[in-house]
Amino acid sequence: MTEMGLYRPGRSVVHRLPAGPKLAALVLFGIGTVLLDHLWQVGIALLVVLFGYRVAGTSLPAALHTAWFQVRPLWWMLAAIGVFHAVTAGWQAAVTVVGSLLGLILLAALVTLTTRTIELVDVVVRVIRPVRRIGIDPERVGLLLTLGIRAVPVVANLAGQVRDAQRARGLATSVRAFAVPLVVRALRHADRMGEALAARGVDD
Amino acid sequence: MIEIENVTHTYGHGEQSRTVLRDVSVRISEDRVGVIGANGSGKSTFVRLLNGLILPTQGRVRVDGLDTAREGRKVRQRVGFCFTDPDAQIVMPTVAEDVAFGLRRRGLSATEIQQRVRQALQQHGLADHADHPAHLLSGGQKQLLALSAVLVTEPSLLVMDEPTTLLDLRNARDVAERVAGLPQQVVLVTHHLDLLADYDRVLVFDDTRLVFDGTPADSVAFYRKLMS
Repeated sequence: MTEMGLYRPGRSVVHRLPAGPKLAALVLFGIGTVLLDHLWQVGIALLVVLFGYRVAGTSLPAALHTAWFQVRPLWWMLAAIGVFHAVTAGWQAAVTVVGSLLGLILLAALVTLTTRTIELVDVVVRVIRPVRRIGIDPERVGLLLTLGIRAVPVVANLAGQVRDAQRARGLATSVRAFAVPLVVRALRHADRMGEALAARGVDD
Repeated sequence: MIEIENVTHTYGHGEQSRTVLRDVSVRISEDRVGVIGANGSGKSTFVRLLNGLILPTQGRVRVDGLDTAREGRKVRQRVGFCFTDPDAQIVMPTVAEDVAFGLRRRGLSATEIQQRVRQALQQHGLADHADHPAHLLSGGQKQLLALSAVLVTEPSLLVMDEPTTLLDLRNARDVAERVAGLPQQVVLVTHHLDLLADYDRVLVFDDTRLVFDGTPADSVAFYRKLMS
C-alpha cells in the first residue's frame, strides 16, 4: 500500500515536466501499445519507460527497485493474462501483450510518482472544462478525484480495523461480518468528511 | 463575540423527532472558552452551531454580528473548525496540498498560497513532511496538519470538537499548548478537563441543556459531581 502510488519529491527533468504533457504522453503511449506486434518493438518501449525511471531516480538499482514495486501488486494479473494468451495465441503474443501492459503500468506509475496529485487533477479540470455547458462544475469533478485518491488509504485503514475487531471476536472467516461493518464505517467516515468539507467552505 | 439566543435544535419530525439542544442562551466574548459534558449532552451540536454546520430549529446564532442562518458563508470564513478525527478532516492526499486546499477560491496568487502554506507547516513542525502522503503521518501529526489547514485561513474564531480525544498525553499537551499560544478566540470541547485550567470560562452541558457556566474550577467541580 505505502510502496505504491503517490508523488515522491524530486528535481529531475521528469519531475519538472508539466503535468499536461506527461498525461498526454501517457495517453499516446497507451494508443501506441495497441499498434505493437513485434517483440523488438515491445522491448524498445519497455527500455524507454525504464530510461524514464533512471532519469527520475538517483541510480540504476534504485530506479529498477522503484519500478519493481510499482508492478509487484499486479503480477498475478499479468501472469493470468500471459498464460491466457500463451495458450490461445502462442508465447510471442503473450510476451507482446504482457510487455505492453507492463510498459503502460510502469509509465502510469512514473507519472504519478513524479507529479503532484493536485497538478494532475488541475489538468483534468482544465481538459473537462467544456462540461460546464451541461451543468457540471469541473472543480467539483476535480475534488471528487482527489477525495477518491485520499479515500484509498483511509478505507484500507478502516478494513484493517474491522479485521482486527473480527479477529478479537473470533469471527475470522465470515465475509458478512467483514463487509457489513466496513460499509457502515465507510459511510460514517463519509458523513464526517462531508461535514469537514462544509466547515472548510466547499459548499459556499 | 458569539451570541446565542433561545436556541433549540431538533432532528427529524413528529414521532421520531429527537431534541438534542434545549433553550440555550449564552453570550461569549472571552478569549478561551471550554465546553464539557457527557457523551450525547449536546455539546457537539452546540459548537456546530457556531459555524453554521447546524442551523438551529428555533432561536438565533450570531458570530461577530453575522447570523449563521443567513450569512453562513461569511461566518465560515471567520470560524475555523477542528474535528476529533483528523482523517476525516484531511481531504487532500499530501500534507502541503491539504493546507493549500483551504486557500483556494480566496483570490490569492499561487506564490502567495505557497508562501502561506510553507509558513503554516513550519509553525507546526510539519515542514519536513510537506510532500509526504497524509496517511503516513502519526495521529498527533495528523491533528497538527488538520490544525494548520484551519489556521492558514486566518480565522478569528477557532472551534475545536474534542481535538485531543484520539491523541496520547504528549500529543494532547502539544496540541493544547499550540492552541494556548494562538491569537484567536477559541472554543474547545474536551474530555481532557486539565487542559481547561487556564481558560476564562467553561460551559457544562447535560441532557441537552446548558446547566452550568463559570470558571474552570467551578465548572469542572460541578461536572464531576454531576457524573458521580
